[in-house]
Amino acid sequence: MSTIPRKSISSRLDWPIILLYLALVCIGISAVYSVEYISFHEPFFDMSKSHMKQITWLGISLFIGLIILLTDSKFFSSVAYLSYLLGIVLLLATFVLGSEVKGSHSFIKFGSFSLQPGELCKIFTALALSRFLSSTETNFNTLKDRLIAATIVLVPCLIIIKQNETGLALVYFSFFLAMYREGLPNGIIIAGFSVVSLVLGTLLIQRVPLFIIITLILALAIWLTRAQWKRQKLTLVILVVGYGLAVAFSQIVVPYVFKHVFQPYQVERIYSMLGQDVPDEYVRPGTVAKKDADYNVRQSKIAIGSGGLVGKGFMNGTQTKYSYVPEQNTDFVFCGIGEQFGFVGGAVLIVLYLSLLMRIVIIAERQRSVFSRVYAYCVASILFFHFAINLSMTMGLAPVIGITLPMLSYGGTSLLSFSIFLFILLRLDADRHMLIR
Amino acid sequence: MSSNTQNSRPWIIRSLFIGMAVILIGRLLSLQVMDDKYKIMADDQAIVRKVIYPARGVILDRKGRSLLINHVTYDLAFIPNKVKELDTTLFCEVMNTTKEDIEKAFKKAIVRNGYQRQSVYESDLPQDKNARLQENLYLFPGFELIERSTRTYPLKIGAHIFGYLNEVSPRMLEKERYQSYRQGDYVGITGLENVYEEILRGQRGVHFMVRDVLNRPRDAYKNGSLDTPAIAGKSLELYLDADLQALGEKLMNGKIGSAIAIDPQTGGILAMVSGPSYDPNLLSGANFGKNFGQLSRDYTRPLFNRAIQAQYPPGSTFKPITALIALDVGVITPSFGMGCGGGYYACGRRIGCTHSGGGHAANLRVAMANSCNSYFCHLFRLTVDAKKWVGGVHEGVQRWHDYLYSFGLGHALGVDITGEYKGSIPDSSYFNRIYNRHWNSCNMVVVGMGQGEIDMTPLQLANSMCLIANRGYYYVPHFVKSIGGNANDSLLTPYLEKNEVTHIPESSFMAVIDGMEDVVTHGTGRVAQLPGVQVCGKTGTVENYAGIFGQRVKLDNHSVFVCFAPKDDPKIAIAVVVQNSGYGATWAGPIASLMMEQYLTDTIKRQPLFDRMVNSNTIKKYIKTLDSIQREKDNLRDLLRTADKRTQDSIKKVRDTMLAKQILKDYYQFK
Repeated sequence: MSTIPRKSISSRLDWPIILLYLALVCIGISAVYSVEYISFHEPFFDMSKSHMKQITWLGISLFIGLIILLTDSKFFSSVAYLSYLLGIVLLLATFVLGSEVKGSHSFIKFGSFSLQPGELCKIFTALALSRFLSSTETNFNTLKDRLIAATIVLVPCLIIIKQNETGLALVYFSFFLAMYREGLPNGIIIAGFSVVSLVLGTLLIQRVPLFIIITLILALAIWLTRAQWKRQKLTLVILVVGYGLAVAFSQIVVPYVFKHVFQPYQVERIYSMLGQDVPDEYVRPGTVAKKDADYNVRQSKIAIGSGGLVGKGFMNGTQTKYSYVPEQNTDFVFCGIGEQFGFVGGAVLIVLYLSLLMRIVIIAERQRSVFSRVYAYCVASILFFHFAINLSMTMGLAPVIGITLPMLSYGGTSLLSFSIFLFILLRLDADRHMLIR
Repeated sequence: MSSNTQNSRPWIIRSLFIGMAVILIGRLLSLQVMDDKYKIMADDQAIVRKVIYPARGVILDRKGRSLLINHVTYDLAFIPNKVKELDTTLFCEVMNTTKEDIEKAFKKAIVRNGYQRQSVYESDLPQDKNARLQENLYLFPGFELIERSTRTYPLKIGAHIFGYLNEVSPRMLEKERYQSYRQGDYVGITGLENVYEEILRGQRGVHFMVRDVLNRPRDAYKNGSLDTPAIAGKSLELYLDADLQALGEKLMNGKIGSAIAIDPQTGGILAMVSGPSYDPNLLSGANFGKNFGQLSRDYTRPLFNRAIQAQYPPGSTFKPITALIALDVGVITPSFGMGCGGGYYACGRRIGCTHSGGGHAANLRVAMANSCNSYFCHLFRLTVDAKKWVGGVHEGVQRWHDYLYSFGLGHALGVDITGEYKGSIPDSSYFNRIYNRHWNSCNMVVVGMGQGEIDMTPLQLANSMCLIANRGYYYVPHFVKSIGGNANDSLLTPYLEKNEVTHIPESSFMAVIDGMEDVVTHGTGRVAQLPGVQVCGKTGTVENYAGIFGQRVKLDNHSVFVCFAPKDDPKIAIAVVVQNSGYGATWAGPIASLMMEQYLTDTIKRQPLFDRMVNSNTIKKYIKTLDSIQREKDNLRDLLRTADKRTQDSIKKVRDTMLAKQILKDYYQFK
């Protein structure tokens, strides 16, 4: 322990992060407010309104953040495994105590507020992963330790898939980005990424375009690795075999199984886990296909697209104000911003997010302890995944898998969990010259 | 443990973040700035254009009495492709209908208007349905209640005059006049409603509203800055006398024909009756289609406005005109007389005359009073064979035609309701065609007494009376005295122009008028006498024929009567035609006289005559046969004329029906 007199915690905090955080939360609250606003006659401080609930949650988040900042930085690494265990228990508890919200069993209710353990568990997993990777006994170059790290991430992920919250579960894959920073080989990242994208691609992309994409990827891979396979023919064989497996899986196995082996309800469940409608080719004759997801994206694109360069002005959005976009307070909160503030507003928001991400990477790289660095990368990865997928989803670039836009989307658990994420980061960063294990 | 030196991975992660942000901003740019289609789609689904229909202008009679009342009614309209997931059970409950009927209505609408345009589901909704719909409309996206004002006619008169309103037809929409109309708008189809459409309809207002996802209008779009207010239609003040019109319609009840009364001093039409008439309320409101079908199938053809569309030879009522022309050409003087022994033989055949006594054609006045056929046939021949015509009889007939043309015959007068026919007056080229250029005044001698190749509408007949009553001029007959209180509206200028037609001295007119007065005092038209009023009149009994299966069959004579009064300060001129009923003095005379009595004295003193006229029916049984023969003929002609088009239409209809079925199946999951 150093005995050098330390400066106060507030002067050691990274204020850019705090300002960016507050800016994003405020944008979120005004987006929620503008969408629900009806007339000036309605009181602003009406607790039944979403924006007031969100403000309340901001208060709770800031209070918890303050507590975090006043906690010793070593506390987080020391409780990492314990909290992870608690997280797993909470996740499992939802199967017993959980109440159903929109078809998923991932919520536990406390009075009028409901808690989603899956959200909190992201923090615990991040802590546990950081603790494991920073441990002196861990050698991340060994297969055993890589498997352990993957297990830490995938256990909560699998439980959440079981809860029918596939979107949330997919978020856990972003931890591999942090692991990549810590030395996970390119090959594993590429192979893992390929398998996951192949499975998702098969479900989300139509067969013929997918075939073309896979073939193009093969061609690209052969060209990129030309130096390698000229020396070693095995690389070429691996590439071609991998290609063959991918084509067989996506073009033959899945369509056959979905059409002839699975019952229609099973197919429907697989697609609904991804928040997708069952494609026409798997719809049995005589049943009616639902087209909800399609409708969401169309309305979302209309709302954003109608914003134009500078938008329709604050509280003048027609599409979001009159509820054309489903989930416009939560997953599709970006529509309100896109419609009211146009391209300028949307681009500013994206730049704000990018600044936050870049700032976190800077913070990560200035840490003395591995624990803090890994944790910072976990935060960046999770934020990035949410930000990228959510915006792509609202603009019709990615399937609607129902994940929130951090800090902006209406919803207490989401705001609270991201606040905790950031405040722990701030606390660790305040002690960046210390060695935390 | 990885070292911090020379580690490329943080930079790879940074570029991943930046790359993603660039992709997202690029996508945002393409959605919001490069592409306008989302703006259009957004406005399309969120902005409703609500048309505010102004109250249609009212129509008042000469004493300022309102002839019709506007009612606000609601139509339920829908746009087929905006109807999504219709809750048919609830809809059936609210509209009190069945699923089959809904489906039928959809099919019909799609075939008729396509599935992107608005169609009316039900017009003129009853109160209870309207109330239920107002409450539940947001549950039926794609449906809309349209406020409209419809007419009711408390006096139940003037159907032919006012005309009727209906939805604008696709064919009308192609015309320049109806450019500003949209499918489903109501428009005057006939009568005053059509001619003064632009005045009566006012100016439609448009309000732009923003509606929410449940189809409920919420706010004015852009605070109403794009809205235009509705401006109510102007009123029309007519010359029409409601009492006279009502009386005329009562008298013409059970008769085919027409009665027209005009104020000669202004050309204003005081009454225009076409018998049989119908209640104008039948063609206003929800049952238009049904009633229209019934009326158009009726063998008496009540929709046919005989006052301006039927054409008859005028018979003896033409004799004053024959005399006037003869006087103006200078071939006779009022004292011209001739002997008549009960017929006219100069053309090698006998043209009968009802009188044979000596001196019954001693001068113009006497000949007029006795309606001597020989005298007027002779007058005609004198006129067309006059020495002053260098071109002989050919020029004579042409000049005679020109006279009649200037009297308002042989062409549409220009009355301000739709559908006026022009009658027909033969000219020399007509006879050249018929007789292969070899003809003389004997060939058409009977036109001198108003028979033969001459056809006039009752309106022209009445107008000729105005001309005589005014001693040489007329105003084009018209209904509208002023528009919104303004008698000098530019639409009315044609009716303010005096048509001076001859330079005949008043003394010549007096000879004719005196003769017509004698007709009433002691001639054929004694039935038209009114105590204290000098009435001038002329009876007519028109022979007429029908071609049945190639044979010319003589039918009962038309009864015609024309008159005006008072003689020296004419206030009313009347023409009455009662088809196939007999002598002019038997039917047309009393009707004209009763109308005159009503107008000039405001009472009817001759109650027995009135009762007899009202309660009698002169419609002959063979009218029905003739009508069905005529319809067969018309059908056949139409069939031949439109064979090609119908084939195309039926192919189109089949295709449209199949398309509609397919759309219904795919889109609404109707089975």
